[in-house]
Amino acid sequence: MDNKLLVSLSPHVHSGDSVEKNMYGVLIALLPAFVVSLIYFGLGALIVTLTSVVACLFFEWAIARFIMKHSGNSILDGSAAITGVLLAFNLPSNLPVWIIVIGALFAIGVGKMSFGGLGNNPFNPALAGRVFLLLSFPVQMTTWPKVGQLSSYIDAETAATPLSIMKGVIKGAPGYSLDQLPDSFNLFIGNNGGCIGEVSAAALLIGLVYMLMKKIITWHVPVSILVTVFVFSGIMYLVNPQIYVSPVIQLISGGLLLGAIFMATDYVTSPMSHKGMLIYGVCIGLLTVIIRLFGAYPEGMSFAILIMNAFTPLINTYCKPKRFGEVAKKK
Amino acid sequence: MLKTFSIGGVHPQENKLSAHQPIVAADVPAKAIILLGQHIGAPAKPIVAKGDMVKVGTKIADANGFVSAAIHSSVSGKIAKIDSVIDASGYAKPAIFIDVEGDEWEESIDRDTTLIKECSLSSEEIVKKIADAGIVGLGGACFPTQVKLCPPPSFTAECLIINAVECEPYLTADHQLMLERAEEIMVGVSILMKAIKVNKAFIGIENNKPDAIELMTKVASTYAGISVVPLKVKYPQGGEKQLIDAIIARQVPSGALPIATGAVVQNVGTAFAVYEAVQKNKPLLERVITVTGKSLQKPSNFMARIGTPMSQLIDACGGLPEDTGKIIGGGPMMGKALVNTDVPTAKGSSGILIMNKKEAKRGEERNCIRCSKCVSVCPMGLEPFLLGALAENKDFERMEKERIMDCIECGSCQFTCPAYRPLLDYCRLGKSKVGAMIRARQAK
Repeated sequence: MDNKLLVSLSPHVHSGDSVEKNMYGVLIALLPAFVVSLIYFGLGALIVTLTSVVACLFFEWAIARFIMKHSGNSILDGSAAITGVLLAFNLPSNLPVWIIVIGALFAIGVGKMSFGGLGNNPFNPALAGRVFLLLSFPVQMTTWPKVGQLSSYIDAETAATPLSIMKGVIKGAPGYSLDQLPDSFNLFIGNNGGCIGEVSAAALLIGLVYMLMKKIITWHVPVSILVTVFVFSGIMYLVNPQIYVSPVIQLISGGLLLGAIFMATDYVTSPMSHKGMLIYGVCIGLLTVIIRLFGAYPEGMSFAILIMNAFTPLINTYCKPKRFGEVAKKK
Repeated sequence: MLKTFSIGGVHPQENKLSAHQPIVAADVPAKAIILLGQHIGAPAKPIVAKGDMVKVGTKIADANGFVSAAIHSSVSGKIAKIDSVIDASGYAKPAIFIDVEGDEWEESIDRDTTLIKECSLSSEEIVKKIADAGIVGLGGACFPTQVKLCPPPSFTAECLIINAVECEPYLTADHQLMLERAEEIMVGVSILMKAIKVNKAFIGIENNKPDAIELMTKVASTYAGISVVPLKVKYPQGGEKQLIDAIIARQVPSGALPIATGAVVQNVGTAFAVYEAVQKNKPLLERVITVTGKSLQKPSNFMARIGTPMSQLIDACGGLPEDTGKIIGGGPMMGKALVNTDVPTAKGSSGILIMNKKEAKRGEERNCIRCSKCVSVCPMGLEPFLLGALAENKDFERMEKERIMDCIECGSCQFTCPAYRPLLDYCRLGKSKVGAMIRARQAK
C-alpha cells in the first residue's frame, strides 16, 4: 500500500527555516571578523580558531556517541562549530593548543552536553569555556600579542590592550595614560590588541546587519545593550573625563560588540519575549560598564552575559509577550 | 501604509495557482451525499425518509436548536438512504444519500440571473430568510449566519466587516467570486447591513488581489456606507479577531465574543449566498470551491453542488496525480487532511489541495533551540514553545494559565519553527484537555 494518503494535522506547509539555516547563518556572519583576525594576528588566529572548532566538534560527537548514546549527528547542525568559533574569538591568539582543548571540553562537555545538548543549556557554552579558562589560566588568558605579527604564534610579543590601559588609568596604576589608546579609527577597523574576534568593530557590525537581514536575530538584545552602555558610560565620562573614556570608545573596544551581537543573542540562553530581551540587554549593559569601570577585571562582557543567562528563566516567567486582547480591556 | 493586524503573523508562499480561472459549474453528481452536520452546533434533523422524491432546493433537514442550520437538497432525485459517511474530519457522520434523477428545481427559486438591487424586507424578515436558506459562514468555520446576525441583547453592532481576505495560500474561490459577482456581493452586503441595522460596512481585501480591490471599490462607490479596505498580505488576517483588529483597530478581549468590539464579521461568500437567499429565494445548495495543487493538471475554481464527491471535482481537473501524498480539504495552513477522495463537499468546503509526496512530509522533529520565532509570529501573543513543552509534560493547569484557550489554531508557530516541532498538535491537545477541565468545573 504505497498509495496510502498521508493524514496529519494542519499546518501542511512549512516556512523552510531550519536549525541549520540559522546556525550556518551565524557562522557566515562571523566570517568578516575572522578575516580581520587573520589580517592582524595571522597564524596565531588561524591555529587557535581551527583548534577550538575541531575540538568542539570532536567533543560534541564523542559525548553524544559514547556517553549519551545518540548518533552524534548533532555536530552537523552547526551549533558546536559556533561554540568553537566564539570560544576562539574570546581567546588571545597566542594561547597554547592544550589550553584551548581544555576550554573546548569545558564549553561543550560541561556547558552544553551535560544539560542534554542543544537547546537545554542554561549558560552560553562558549562563554562558560572562556570564563573557565580565565579563572584557571589567568596569566595566559590576559597577555595579548601585539597586532601585526603574522607568522608568530606562542612566541608573539605581547602588549597591553586598550581595555587594560583603561583599567590601569582608572586604578591610577603608574605608566598608564589615556593617550596610549589607539585612535578610534584603528579601534573601529580592528587594528588593536585583544581577543581574536573582538578587535574589529566594523567586521562585527557587518555580521550584525547580515543576521538582522536574514532574520536570524531581532534587534532587541544588541541594541538594548549598546544603548545602555553608551548612556551609562556617557554619564561616567561626563562626570570624570580624566579617567573615563568616551562612550564611543567604550562601545568599540574590547569584547562589547562581539558579546552584544553574537554571545548575548544566543537563542538558547536569552529570553523569549521582546520585553524580556530588552530587560536582559539593559542589565547586561549595566553590568558590563560596572565591571569595566569599578570591577577587578578590565572586561565585564562575559561575566555580565553569564550572570544574565542565569536570570533568563526568571525573566521568561515574568515577561510575557503582549497578549492579544489586553489592549481592549484597559479601555 | 496598509492596514494589518498588530501582533505576529507570517507570510507563507501564496501559490495561488488557480487565480483568474473562471468559475465553472461542476457537473451534477450521480449520487449526492449531504451531511447533516455541516455547521458548528447540533447536526440538522432529517425531515425526509428513504424513497422520498426531492427537488433541487427542497429542505431535507431542519435546524436542530438555536445554533444549527437547515439543510436543503442540492440535487433532484430519490432519497436512497440516511446513513453515515466519512467526512473531512475523518470520522463517520450521518448524511442523506440521494440518487440523482434529472435536475428539477423548486419553483420558488428564481433562477434568472438579472440583478435585483432593491430589498424592502425588514431586519427580522431578512434574518428569517437567511435562517430558512440554511446559510452558514462560508469562510470555513460554518457558524450559522442567523445566529451571528442576532447578537445577545447586551451588545449592539456598530459596523459590518466583510472578510474577503482569503489569506490561506492556494485558495482563490473568494477572489474569483468577487471578480465575477461583485454587484451581487454588494447587494448581499447591504442586505446584511440592514439585518444588523448598521450603516457602515468595510470589505477587507489583501493587497495581493489588486484587480478585486479595484473592481470592488468601483462597485462599492455606488452603495451607501460600504468601503473597501486594502490590507497588507499577512497570515492569519482572515481570522475573525485579526481582521477586526486590522480594520477597526479593536481587539476582542480574551474569552469574549467578537461582537464585544461592535463588529459583525461575515465572509464575502456568505454575502453572496445571502443575496441569493434573500433576493432569489435560493437556499445554500452550491458554493465556489478551489481545486488546486502543484502536480494537478488544471487547477480550477468550480461552482459545485454541496454533496458532490471530491473525487469528481479532482477528476474534472485532470485526475489525481501519480505522486499524490496528501489531499487537504481547505487550505494548507488550516485545512484537514482527507482519508480518501469519496468525502462529499459541504457548506464549508472552500478548497481541495493536492500535495505531492515530497510536500506532504513533515520535517523531522528536533530539540527546541529557543529561537523565540514562534513567540514572534503568534497572532494571539502566546508562547507556543512553552505551551508545547507543558503539553508534553501534561501540565494542563499551567496551560490554562498561559491562555491556551486563546489559541486560534492558525498554525503560524509550527509553520515557522526551525526545529520542526509539532507545536500546534500540542496546542490542540492542550485546548481539548483544558476545555474539558473548564466544562467539568462549570458542571459542578
